[in-house]
Amino acid sequence: MDVIWQATLASFSMLMTLDDRLIEVILLSLRVSLTALVIASLIGLPIAACLAFTRFPGRKIILVSFNAMMGLPPVVVGLVVYLLLSRSGPFGVFNLLFTPTAMIIAQVVLVTPIIVSLCRESLESMRREYHDALRSLGATPAQAISVLVWDGRFTLATAHLAGFGRAIAEVGAVMIVGGNIDHVTRVMTTTIALEASKGDLVVALGLGVVLVLLSLTINFLVYGVRSLGEAKVAS
Amino acid sequence: MIKFSLSVALAFGLGLGAIMSLIMGLVPGGSILNGPNKTTDSFITVASTTSTQNSGLFDHILPKFKATSGISVRVVAVGTGAAIRLAQAGDADVLLVHHQASEEKFVADGFAAKRYPLMHNDFLIVGPASDPADIKGMADSAAALSKIATAKAAFTSRGDESGTHKRERGLWASAGVDPTAYSGAWYRETGSGMGTTLNTSAAMGAYTLSDRGTWLSFANKQNMIALVEGDPRLRNDYGVLLVSETKHPHVKTRLGQIFIDWLLSENGKAAINGYKIKRQALFHTAA
Repeated sequence: MDVIWQATLASFSMLMTLDDRLIEVILLSLRVSLTALVIASLIGLPIAACLAFTRFPGRKIILVSFNAMMGLPPVVVGLVVYLLLSRSGPFGVFNLLFTPTAMIIAQVVLVTPIIVSLCRESLESMRREYHDALRSLGATPAQAISVLVWDGRFTLATAHLAGFGRAIAEVGAVMIVGGNIDHVTRVMTTTIALEASKGDLVVALGLGVVLVLLSLTINFLVYGVRSLGEAKVAS
Repeated sequence: MIKFSLSVALAFGLGLGAIMSLIMGLVPGGSILNGPNKTTDSFITVASTTSTQNSGLFDHILPKFKATSGISVRVVAVGTGAAIRLAQAGDADVLLVHHQASEEKFVADGFAAKRYPLMHNDFLIVGPASDPADIKGMADSAAALSKIATAKAAFTSRGDESGTHKRERGLWASAGVDPTAYSGAWYRETGSGMGTTLNTSAAMGAYTLSDRGTWLSFANKQNMIALVEGDPRLRNDYGVLLVSETKHPHVKTRLGQIFIDWLLSENGKAAINGYKIKRQALFHTAA
């Protein structure tokens, strides 16, 4: 218990002083995970919309596959991306291994299934709910979709938060493809793993608390925007 | 319909992009694709061991090298076995590890022209102060391991093909004991780095073999102490190798050689020998 208390104090002093190294690591974490989220969203949302609004043979299989891929072990994704980006691998010439770009690629693989599955789920339930009403109003399919997506924007945002949470908290993949190189690919989670392996449990846990606070802040921000939006919708 | 979904996705992306560009603006040189990847950057990638990183050696010497040469050194710290595999795949320019036999094989296989002996320190057997197998102060490390086996006292092994792990297995062979027969009983393979294995040992009250660098800098010793040291068989030699250009034409041999030359120079040696924790030097270069 003592360690936890010390770690909490350590995290506050870290946040108070905010030294350059901590800022560097936090910003790189945010840069990698947010970029991964944007790319995963660009890939995942159209797929989710297609799966929610169309019916075709094999759709169920794709659907279940995406659901299953939400549980992809990060370390496996890391290994596969490593093998692809290694100089001995098919994409070695691009020289991407041990760069933030490699970490982004790995996280896109981890986050996309979450975006697809959760967005598809919410779009589909909205579709069931409003289908008849929209049909009776004579809305075209395009109009119907735009209404549903707009109406579902808050649940879609939650799906993105889940995806972001997966990315920012993940250590297995970024450790392998990033290499935890100081000032280049060292992010919050890999720093925590490194400090823990040095036996600096207080620093490791302190950084953990900082990471949780960061995550909380982002979630509160989104929640705030959402509440504002909902208040507006209600009025 | 697909066109529409795309535009929805784009709108989402733009929103997120706006937030992101705010953040990216704060990151020095923070463009997604070519930030740290610029060809103008002169850097080399060094595959090395957790012992050199966890002990803090690189944090001590690399800034000095950067100051004289302008070359950044990117260290990927994994076990010796994994480091060698990275170098064989061409994912590193320089290899800095501690298992001479593997290093010589690396040279024999044509992945490097030669092995440069760099520095040494030693391994030691550490364990709980209560010392259930009664090995404290023994001069013969293999005999100490035999005693641990006889007492069936808990022993944690790296179990990760690292240099330390290979050395540990060598010592067990000298002791005439096959500990893997007891894996899961008193012999526990963590499959992790030195620091994690020390954390595990401290929590379980187990013995383990550690390099001195990691041991001295390790902050979570709890009630563990050094028990067996000074056996010549516990000497721990580090070698440095430049990955061969013939195997991997993209390797930065010129910059890599500058780094190796610096390590072996008087300045490099002074930097290595000057790294101390509690007034104790962690690594010693060859005279």
